[in-house]
Amino acid sequence: MSDVVEQIPLVDYLVLGDEPHLQANECTSCKARYFDRRNACASCFGTDFTTVVVPNEGVLTSFTIVAHAAPGIDVPFVAGVVDCDGTSVRGNVINTPPDADHVKLGMAVKLATYIVGTDDNGTEAIGFGYEPA
Amino acid sequence: MSASDDIWILGIHMTKFGKHPDKDTVDLGAEAVMGALADGDVTMADVGILAAGNLMGGGSIGQQLQKQVGQTGIPVYNVSNACATGATALRTAIMAVKAGECDMGLAVGVEKLAGAGLLGGGGKPASKANVYEPSGRFGAVATTDGRIGTNTMPGVFAQVGMEYGHKYGGTSFELFAQISEKNHGHSTLNPLAAYTKAMSTEQIMNDVMIAYPNTRPMCSANCDGAAAAVVTNGEKLKTLSLEQQRRAVKVSASVLTSDPWQEACQVLPDVNTLTRNAATQAYEQAGVGPDDLDLVELHDCFATAELVHYDNLKLCEEGGAVDFFKSGAPRRDGRLPVNVSGGLQSKGHPISATGIANIWEICQHLRDECGDRQIEGANVGLAHVIGLASACGVHVLEKAAA
Repeated sequence: MSDVVEQIPLVDYLVLGDEPHLQANECTSCKARYFDRRNACASCFGTDFTTVVVPNEGVLTSFTIVAHAAPGIDVPFVAGVVDCDGTSVRGNVINTPPDADHVKLGMAVKLATYIVGTDDNGTEAIGFGYEPA
Repeated sequence: MSASDDIWILGIHMTKFGKHPDKDTVDLGAEAVMGALADGDVTMADVGILAAGNLMGGGSIGQQLQKQVGQTGIPVYNVSNACATGATALRTAIMAVKAGECDMGLAVGVEKLAGAGLLGGGGKPASKANVYEPSGRFGAVATTDGRIGTNTMPGVFAQVGMEYGHKYGGTSFELFAQISEKNHGHSTLNPLAAYTKAMSTEQIMNDVMIAYPNTRPMCSANCDGAAAAVVTNGEKLKTLSLEQQRRAVKVSASVLTSDPWQEACQVLPDVNTLTRNAATQAYEQAGVGPDDLDLVELHDCFATAELVHYDNLKLCEEGGAVDFFKSGAPRRDGRLPVNVSGGLQSKGHPISATGIANIWEICQHLRDECGDRQIEGANVGLAHVIGLASACGVHVLEKAAA
């Protein structure tokens, strides 16, 4: 049996490997970016998309500290929006205490990954968040 | 007086918001419909179209209501537009009258929401076999709520307010709590509000934290309630009694927008652009500006949301919402009272009813029938709702010319 643990990203726009990063589907005509699959571009209605790499560094432009969530979701956690050089990304702020003394609007952050869980086959799901840069 | 194609609210009614354990959704909706018909001194025989909204019930709410208030065979439009459902129903009835399909329309929104708890969060339950399998448009192998941001409404709208703070500065936990203090204070004069208790800023800040900076009293109150309105055109109104004409309220603008594409709208709903667009269209349609308004009922689903809508509805200069609030302008004794009903935070937010209940509030002031919380001399008011996904309704209402 192999001792290499299989890994799978929590979402398909997280690219694992030596340098984990996010990727987006970019409209070839208007450059609008989408993390999900689109039938046509919501901005210009074009139907051609190409895959682009989203920078790992960014600035926290908004956040909330969620204290009450749906059952099964650990709280508190920090949900936020990160401006990665013009591409807005939704993600949690991690690896810092979830309080307003440690999380500030405008703070510099960078992508970090962590293990979400392991399935019955031993495959690890890898999630991402943003930690103080 | 009115041009023949002007639109008028002839009758309007809102039920008490709160807990109605003894009434089902249809009871509440029927109460609103019969109240609106009585208020307008008309019957179901006069009505040519019914537009009805309800999100949490069993569907076909319009036809269910007809069975209780009058099955006359008129067309029914069951509409659904999240928190803008009531405004969408009203807009539908108005469009039918404007199009000349009938000369009187009825709109109703009703919801049973008491005790519903946190809305918007969660995900599909994990399958029994625990094997990661990508699914959905993001190829997710497990729930993303709580791991990649939050889907809960208090958290989403907290970010809407914080984003405004990042852009323009001046916001704080205390400032958002003060907005809530204003609305809870206003609610003490509204007997139909779900909650009518004044709360200090300190009490609000020390209450249960839901999603920073929104504590529990800074969130809209889930409750039961219904509201309904009868609309007609100017030509028909001329044939009605002088009393009906005197109490009719003119709909100077009726606008519904959806959210146009913006760079960040895929990660955080953009509740700003569609509201600005709706406000711009409404002011143009009505031929009035923000300075002409005597009161505003806006969609304060959370304290953090009220702040951004001061700006979106152009009640202040762009970027000036914090100063606008701090000036005292939106308090009931201020220059432009906002949410004198108590707003969604204390009056309550029975989702589909909200977009008609806010119109009812404005109408009561314009008719000078608002009792203790009357804004004296009110001639023009604006009502705004927004539903995520997104939809925004803005109506401008004017007092009937004497």
